[in-house]
Amino acid sequence: MENNSRRGFMGKAFGAVAGIGAVGSLYAMKKSWDPLPSVKAAGFTTLDMSIYEEAVMVTEKWRGKPIFVLKQSAEMLKKAKENPRDIERLVEVDGSHYMMCIGLCTHLGCIPAFRQDKNDFKCACHGGEFDASGMVQLVPPPRGFDIPPFRIDGTKLVLGEVGPEWQAMKDNGITL
Amino acid sequence: MAHFTKATSVKDWFNQRLAIEKVEKVMMSEYWIPKNINFLWAMGMVLVITFAMLLVSGIFLLMYYVPTVDGAFDSVNYTIMREVDFGWLWRHVHGVAASVVFLIIYIHMFTGIYYGSYKKGREMIWISGMLLFVAFSAEAFSGYMLPWGQMSYWAGMVITNLFAGGSLHADGLVEWIRGDYVPAQAFLGRFFMLHVLLIPLAIIGLIALHFGALRIPHVNNQDGEEIDFDEEAKKYLDGKKAESKVMRFANDFMAKDLMVVGVFLVFFFYLVFYNYGFAMDPVNFDPADGLSTPAHIYPEWYFLWSYEILRPFNIDLGLVLFAFAQVIFVLLPFLDRSPNSVPANRRGLFGIWFWVMIVNLIVLTAMGKLPPEGIFSTIGLVSAILFVVQWLALPFITKLEKKV
Repeated sequence: MENNSRRGFMGKAFGAVAGIGAVGSLYAMKKSWDPLPSVKAAGFTTLDMSIYEEAVMVTEKWRGKPIFVLKQSAEMLKKAKENPRDIERLVEVDGSHYMMCIGLCTHLGCIPAFRQDKNDFKCACHGGEFDASGMVQLVPPPRGFDIPPFRIDGTKLVLGEVGPEWQAMKDNGITL
Repeated sequence: MAHFTKATSVKDWFNQRLAIEKVEKVMMSEYWIPKNINFLWAMGMVLVITFAMLLVSGIFLLMYYVPTVDGAFDSVNYTIMREVDFGWLWRHVHGVAASVVFLIIYIHMFTGIYYGSYKKGREMIWISGMLLFVAFSAEAFSGYMLPWGQMSYWAGMVITNLFAGGSLHADGLVEWIRGDYVPAQAFLGRFFMLHVLLIPLAIIGLIALHFGALRIPHVNNQDGEEIDFDEEAKKYLDGKKAESKVMRFANDFMAKDLMVVGVFLVFFFYLVFYNYGFAMDPVNFDPADGLSTPAHIYPEWYFLWSYEILRPFNIDLGLVLFAFAQVIFVLLPFLDRSPNSVPANRRGLFGIWFWVMIVNLIVLTAMGKLPPEGIFSTIGLVSAILFVVQWLALPFITKLEKKV
């Protein structure tokens, strides 16, 4: 009886030590899988918006992801103004309107192709479509292209920094 | 008893220390297999042999493969394919075996479903087998990342994005899995580790569990007959071999098993030497490029059916149904409410259920490969719905089944 309770105590004591160790190890394992500080630090890109031409789709790169920049032509802008969900997605820099967003399909992250003739985007993976302002037109993607955090600096955009224009977009649910 | 005597032979020396005769009996000559079986019962051994080939070819590839985003593609396509003597052999054996192993797994699985080998004490065989399927799927996916071609990169992108959970937007989880915003060095490094160490360890452990689970209920037979293995084994050992319903695993059953393995190996090496192309997607011979998605992204053929279940719906419903398709097979022993464990063709409605399931999976596979347009989208949608409806109906149609 005395032995049993001593074994019981030893079992519980071991359980407590092993339990603390297990929680500690799981925490260390989780943290070891986190993105490295160097990966997180390399997250800013500056775009000079004055160099883009109207209706020409240009792909830039930010945090390894493609960034679509499409300076809106008069025709595109007219079409976008008809739909409030479209026009509020556009970024205005120095009087011109730009579609500027992460070029990954919001379904599963493929890069949709720009169709010059239709001025829209088509994702070949699962058939999703987006218009010239980046708004979704055909499922399965659940929403338009995401817009990366930006700050307007004269004629330049700094990607990765949160400016008031982007914050407003986020607050209004235009982007995630 | 730790009493050792002077050994009379090398065998006796080992026998005293390791009981090799006893082990041989338990594992081989007195492990009993029913006589009433056919070539489909050899698929387990075919899988063991295929896994062994994957392991051996993988060891040779591992010596030259470089798990870095800058070095991986060239180490596979230049070093292994051009410089290493017979490097092409290991790569093609590995690639073809990775594809063919799923063909055999599917045959093995549907043999089990057809003959009712997942019930009456055989539930753990089925569950451990389905866990093996999951482990093999993870192994195939992680291995597919390693050549770091376009398909590797974009399959990695798409599959890890599934973990965002659709509208849950768990982007932090996705970035945690990748160790970066996009698949990059951290991603390649961890999937390399998973592919060559952690998942193979899990697979080997699960194989041991799968074999262990067979031990008590024994292998099923063509009629689903309940055999008293002790009694039949006694008959066999008493010399009434013709009368007994069972035979020894080795060498009786092994002789048949290896015959089937032989035929399989001829087919397998025909593929390796003359028709390996199906296992080598041409798109993956372009190096990974995060700024250009290939025109069509599709998984290897063995994942197409579940991919097609994901595709026709909006992301949330698609994910739910995809998750449903992934786990539902595991629950088969519990969804089948019928007491019968006989071949499906003697079970009335279940026989129809079985063949419709097979045909539907083939249709889903075909639609998954075709571009998601027009009539193909519609057929895919109908098939995906049929798949779900079939599983939901299974408890009811098996409940109605009469005892045979």
